[in-house]
Amino acid sequence: MSTDEILSFEEAMEKYDPVLGFEVHVELNTKTKMFSSAPNVFGDEPNTNVNEVDLGMPGVLPVVNKTAIESSIKIGLALNCKIAESCRFARKQYFYPDTPKNFQTSQYDEPIAYDGYLDVELEDGTVFRVEIERAHMEEDAGKLTHMGGATGRIQGADFSLVDYNRAGVPLVEIVTKPIEGAGSRAPELAKAYVAAVREIVKNLGVSDAKMERGNVRCDANVSLRPHGRERFGIRSETKNVNSLRAVEHAVRYEIQRHAAVLDSGAPVIQETRHWHEDTRTTTSGRAKSDADDYRYFPEPDLVPVVASREWVEELRATLPEPPAERRKRLKADWGYSDLEFRDVVNAGVLDEIEETIAAGASASVARKWWMGEIVGRAKAADVDPGQLGVEPATIVELAQMVEAGKINNKMATQVLDGVLAGEGTPAEIVDKRGLAVVSDDGPLLEAIDAALAAQPGVADKIRAGKVQAIGAIVGGVMKATRGQADAGRVKELILEKLGVTV
Amino acid sequence: MTEQNPAGISAETLIRLSAAQLADKLAAGEVTAVEATQAYLDRIAAVDGQVNAFLHVNAEEALAVAAEVDAIRAAGGAEAEALHYLAGVPIAVKDLIVTIGQPTTAGSKILEGWHSPYDATVVERLRAAKMPILGKTNLDEFAMGSSTEHSAYGPTRNPWDLDRIPGGSGGGSAAAVAAFEAPLALGTDTGGSIRQPGAVTGTVGVKPTYGSVSRYGAIAMASSLDQIGPVTRTVLDSALLHQVIGGHDPRDSTSLPEPLADLVAAAKTGNVEGLRIGIIKELHGEGYQAGVENRFNDALELLKEAGAEIVEVSCPNFQYALGAYYLIMPSEASSNLAKFDGVRYGLRVLPEEGPMTIERVMGATRAAGFGDEVKRRIILGTYALSAGYYDAYYGSAQKVRTLVQRDFDAAFTQADVLISPTAPTTAFPLGEKLDDPLAMYLNDVATIPANLAGVPGLSLPGGLADEDGLPVGIQLLAPAREDARLYRVGAVLESLLEAKWGGPLLAQAPDLAAAGTLETQEAK
Repeated sequence: MSTDEILSFEEAMEKYDPVLGFEVHVELNTKTKMFSSAPNVFGDEPNTNVNEVDLGMPGVLPVVNKTAIESSIKIGLALNCKIAESCRFARKQYFYPDTPKNFQTSQYDEPIAYDGYLDVELEDGTVFRVEIERAHMEEDAGKLTHMGGATGRIQGADFSLVDYNRAGVPLVEIVTKPIEGAGSRAPELAKAYVAAVREIVKNLGVSDAKMERGNVRCDANVSLRPHGRERFGIRSETKNVNSLRAVEHAVRYEIQRHAAVLDSGAPVIQETRHWHEDTRTTTSGRAKSDADDYRYFPEPDLVPVVASREWVEELRATLPEPPAERRKRLKADWGYSDLEFRDVVNAGVLDEIEETIAAGASASVARKWWMGEIVGRAKAADVDPGQLGVEPATIVELAQMVEAGKINNKMATQVLDGVLAGEGTPAEIVDKRGLAVVSDDGPLLEAIDAALAAQPGVADKIRAGKVQAIGAIVGGVMKATRGQADAGRVKELILEKLGVTV
Repeated sequence: MTEQNPAGISAETLIRLSAAQLADKLAAGEVTAVEATQAYLDRIAAVDGQVNAFLHVNAEEALAVAAEVDAIRAAGGAEAEALHYLAGVPIAVKDLIVTIGQPTTAGSKILEGWHSPYDATVVERLRAAKMPILGKTNLDEFAMGSSTEHSAYGPTRNPWDLDRIPGGSGGGSAAAVAAFEAPLALGTDTGGSIRQPGAVTGTVGVKPTYGSVSRYGAIAMASSLDQIGPVTRTVLDSALLHQVIGGHDPRDSTSLPEPLADLVAAAKTGNVEGLRIGIIKELHGEGYQAGVENRFNDALELLKEAGAEIVEVSCPNFQYALGAYYLIMPSEASSNLAKFDGVRYGLRVLPEEGPMTIERVMGATRAAGFGDEVKRRIILGTYALSAGYYDAYYGSAQKVRTLVQRDFDAAFTQADVLISPTAPTTAFPLGEKLDDPLAMYLNDVATIPANLAGVPGLSLPGGLADEDGLPVGIQLLAPAREDARLYRVGAVLESLLEAKWGGPLLAQAPDLAAAGTLETQEAK
């Protein structure tokens, strides 16, 4: 694998203006497949969720899944698209063993949804409008696993295995118009766009929207042009960039690579690129030209999909609150400051906090746990916070224990670590580790006396009204009791002892 | 064949009954379904060595189904009452239609030995009616041909003259019915594959309205043109069979949603009085054999005598129909046949030398598995759909298709039913047109317009040509969803002609069993 020359991102930005384009494939979570009655289920034994239609047996015919059409219309509406009154499927023809019929049934020149836009909010609150060219329906291919080679690619493999469970799974492909004007924020916009699409389809309930399972897959197109030039440069298409961070990194890398190619005076090659998460680089895939001949023609086995205006309006009426409006509402409900709320959104834990509040935690407790504890742990583990496996109920349980004075905050974080380590429920861990707040006043009073003796001037300060000085004594007590003391109780006892009322 | 049933009907007589006559005798207890089925199996064993109509004979299962029908009848009661009228009447199925329990080859080496894991919808409906399936009939490979000479399993011969073709692609079904090897058969018609074999074998064949019969389980040649239909000896039998296999199927998106009309009643209450019957100017005369033209004129005369009004209509765009058909059909076929690649089922051929890549295995499999005519159409279709040619070829052909539909629409404002010879000539000798694809394609010039427009067509025997004594077919065409009209008019014309001949035309066919020139082969 040869390494490409790259320019620093800053230098690339000085010289060139990036233009982006995205094709995001969304797997719909319908019960059955796009054109057959076989189950649409992820993760089962290979080749079990297939019937004669999915396998392209002689004589079979496709039948369109009505729920998939509904989901596609909903996606189109959520992306502010026009919905075609009538549209057809076409056959995209190429020979490849993951495609049982050797053609993919897809929409070509008649997408179900077209001419839309999506307002994407960047981390600092800037809103960037991405124009949507189309959202069209198609079927997924099967999954090939190449065995025996070093790279896992077909070249050099001894043989390949094919699993047709995914063949025929309904997909909606969302294609943007060229995105201009993002400048140095292009990588960030790329991530924010894909995140916004994922959020929309998840919010609509039409997809499980798990990028790690391939429910949402992104092909990122990047081209550069010198500042001030209108004509687009030659683009590369980085395929299957399947996490939000990878989208950001891949766009950033391609900008740097294109810039180096252009600087060298060589033309950029129009091709697909493979993304490598380990090295955070791309490598050349296959040459792709606009003249790829898929011999599209209208699928004669299907009648046109007719979406009556009444039906479209019925579906529009069922659409859930759009994510942007939802955020506005949640911010008000939870009483977070602008900064607090933006941090929550950027950390990607909005859903998690909502679920935690729904499970019984207060807004501030939920934020404290997710932002204060879990996000950091997720970052350390290099996963999304939601993927860490913290259940809302766990947080509620921890918060209740703290509130009831059974454990203190410090212990609670230890219990959380125990939960993440798979040691059991919070109650079990507290039990197992023998964690309990020392609430017997006897040992506490002893520790208070010792702490007051160790810091003689503090008692006077407190008596003189500088109540905040109490922290030093509380700290001493906590240290002496190895954190097992109830800090609130300690404070009460100190004030009592010094005869101070606040 | 010495066993006699209580009514004293010999096997020789039994096999010559129409399906309706046989059904009546089964219901009356004069013969049993097992006797009838066995009589046909014996007939197949006796003559199919000469005809080669069957690729597979399904004796055991057919007899088991027949025995089940007999047992139900014998037991009486509600179950016997509920038996379908055609229960116990045997049928042959074109080997393009998939069946559980029997091989399906499509007449191709690429599917040799393949067994379908599912039944076609029409086969499910035959099973529901408890009709014994005698076996699978020969055809041009993937239904591509007009003579059944393109079968990978040898040609079928015309029972009227074993040195001549039985038409195609459904020559096996037509010959089986004409040779009394089956009372009924299923065919498929993409450009005339039911009607043209019917014409040259003296049998009745119907291409229903597109969508009238589910295509689920018919191996697709050209999806927008293909239609399954009946192959029989009488118009009433076709109506009976059409009624069994037709009607909406949720597995075929192109199947019509509405229920079938009462086609059997239409066949039984035939009447042409006051009906306007339109001669299509472009579908007779020049290019049509004189004997064909004569029989066509006889038919017109009889219909006129029976009270029909004969009018002439013009369909000027029909002259482009053949050209459009030979772009649309191969385009769709090139796509439909892409799935035969050796990866999942059927033949797999490994390249003899060089790297063993998937592309090369697919290539070697398709090179070895497909015959020349199939390859010719795949190449034509691939070319017609290619970037830069699409608009000129496929796009233009679709426009012609629309014009042909408009010609039909206009013609049907002037006439209730249209009429033409089914094929320009009688059966030609085997091998005569094998090396001349264009001459072969011209056989379908009169049948193709109906497929392009989706309208129904029926071919029935019109008599024998003066010059060669071979059967001539008369084609009736009706507007889409008006299949009943074909049966109404067809039944009248059939009875007028049979009155003139003194019985069915097939009674004049040579007796194959007596010919004995070829060795009788065992049931395959």
